[in-house]
Amino acid sequence: MGDFLIVWQQRGDVLEGLAGTLGLLVVSAIASLVLGALLTPALMSRRAAVARLATLYVDAMRCAPFLLFVYLIYFALPSAGIRMSNWWSGAIALILYNTAYMAELLRGAWRELPSSMIESGRAYGFSGFTLLRRIILPPVFTSAMPMIGNQVVQIVKDSAFLTIIAVTELTHQMNGIQATYFIPFAAFITAIALYWAICLVIESMTGLLSKFAEERRA
Amino acid sequence: MNFSGDLPLRADNAPLSIDDNTAPVVLQLNGISKSFGSNHVLRDVSLKVHQGETVCLLGPSGCGKSTLLRCINWLEVPDGGTVHVSNQRMGVRDGSAHKMTDAELARSRARIGMVFQHFALWPHLSVLHNVMEAPIHVLKRPRDEVRAEAESLLNRVGLADKINAFPSRLSGGQKQRVGIARALAMKPDVLLFDEPTSALDPELVGEVLGVMRGLAEEGATMVIVTHEMEFARQVASRIVFMDAGEVIRNRTSGAVLRRAANAAGTAVSRALPGTSRSASGVMKTAPHDRGAAACLIQRVPPIARAPCRPPA
Repeated sequence: MGDFLIVWQQRGDVLEGLAGTLGLLVVSAIASLVLGALLTPALMSRRAAVARLATLYVDAMRCAPFLLFVYLIYFALPSAGIRMSNWWSGAIALILYNTAYMAELLRGAWRELPSSMIESGRAYGFSGFTLLRRIILPPVFTSAMPMIGNQVVQIVKDSAFLTIIAVTELTHQMNGIQATYFIPFAAFITAIALYWAICLVIESMTGLLSKFAEERRA
Repeated sequence: MNFSGDLPLRADNAPLSIDDNTAPVVLQLNGISKSFGSNHVLRDVSLKVHQGETVCLLGPSGCGKSTLLRCINWLEVPDGGTVHVSNQRMGVRDGSAHKMTDAELARSRARIGMVFQHFALWPHLSVLHNVMEAPIHVLKRPRDEVRAEAESLLNRVGLADKINAFPSRLSGGQKQRVGIARALAMKPDVLLFDEPTSALDPELVGEVLGVMRGLAEEGATMVIVTHEMEFARQVASRIVFMDAGEVIRNRTSGAVLRRAANAAGTAVSRALPGTSRSASGVMKTAPHDRGAAACLIQRVPPIARAPCRPPA
């Protein structure tokens, strides 16, 4: 128990890490969901070139190991003259990577929508962005809700990789504590418990939203 | 169209036959043809619908009725022929051969109300918002005004207590009545019904037909694809029979003639002695000529209660 006491004494660092992880999570979850929602119509586009380009991006992201992608953003962008903080490098890696997953799962939900619903939107004079915004995307979001929740959990776990570019987040801070005090078990168990707590919060939020979505489904 | 006001019943000015109808033409189809692959679903179909008419499209499943209806608002693009709604051409810019853009097409469609076989309500919106959605976001009308109208329309179709419910919580008959209210909220020039009762349990059919009957009596212009023979016979001002993608009969229904006869007395039977075929190939039927109508109905093969869709 003494080891955990040491962790407790370092709670300032732990909280800093937790705050870093939560910050990354909120920013990248919202941004990747919004960008994913914008990318989905491109995936579903009737224009073959647009759809191919969007699919290429999604496939490239889904096949790239996240760790390598983080390296790419962190080392390659500065050599191309684009400089930013570690935190933003990490956030942008999370956003670009998860945008592809969000777009892909929204596309899946879109495909499952009864086509008659979109057709009735067209029949009533909706077109273009208004059709997308008012008729297509809301039910896509409600039916994709559980999968979006899963993906947000995935973002939490991906964020742990950012320790390799020294972003102040939970894994990075706990690794620092265990290396300083030689308490790997207590430090990492605490980290896992905290990740678990974050995921529980996400899951209960997803549960509430799913209940809200339930009666709004076809 | 004004659905909230008290319009005169059709009987007061009912047309005696299509050719005598002096009301403005709302919908005109000329030489519509449509194929899916090698399957010719529609062959040179022409149809004229005047304001205030209730036209029922009958015929065996797969005869092209639903496709014809969907060609009217360009959900299916016809291979040939023209569609005019209130004298405006659908799908093609007036005075040119250019196809309409999506936005232009959308504006044209906003003048046509459609009620779908499987309701096609928007599941993420409450009943009230299903009705308000298009008037607000397509017609850009003020929200308060639209809301008041939507509430009164829902009240009229008997759903005042369901305005905050979501479609998933409604029965089929209730959903279809929302569908009708949603169509009416657009104040369309013409209402299209695509087998509005085919997906309903038998005990729910009546409530939907009742609403449609009310609309017909108020003088709404409607084109109804249906298998409900009895309803068509009672409510339609004109019945169009289709088979294998063609109009095989297009006649003023007995219902209108009977109503007209009540209004005009014996003058009608003098004006329409027996049944004759006009130059346009349209059948005229005298009010007492119910035997002929019965024969016509018997000519149609037994109707399967299946959607009238071409094989994909």
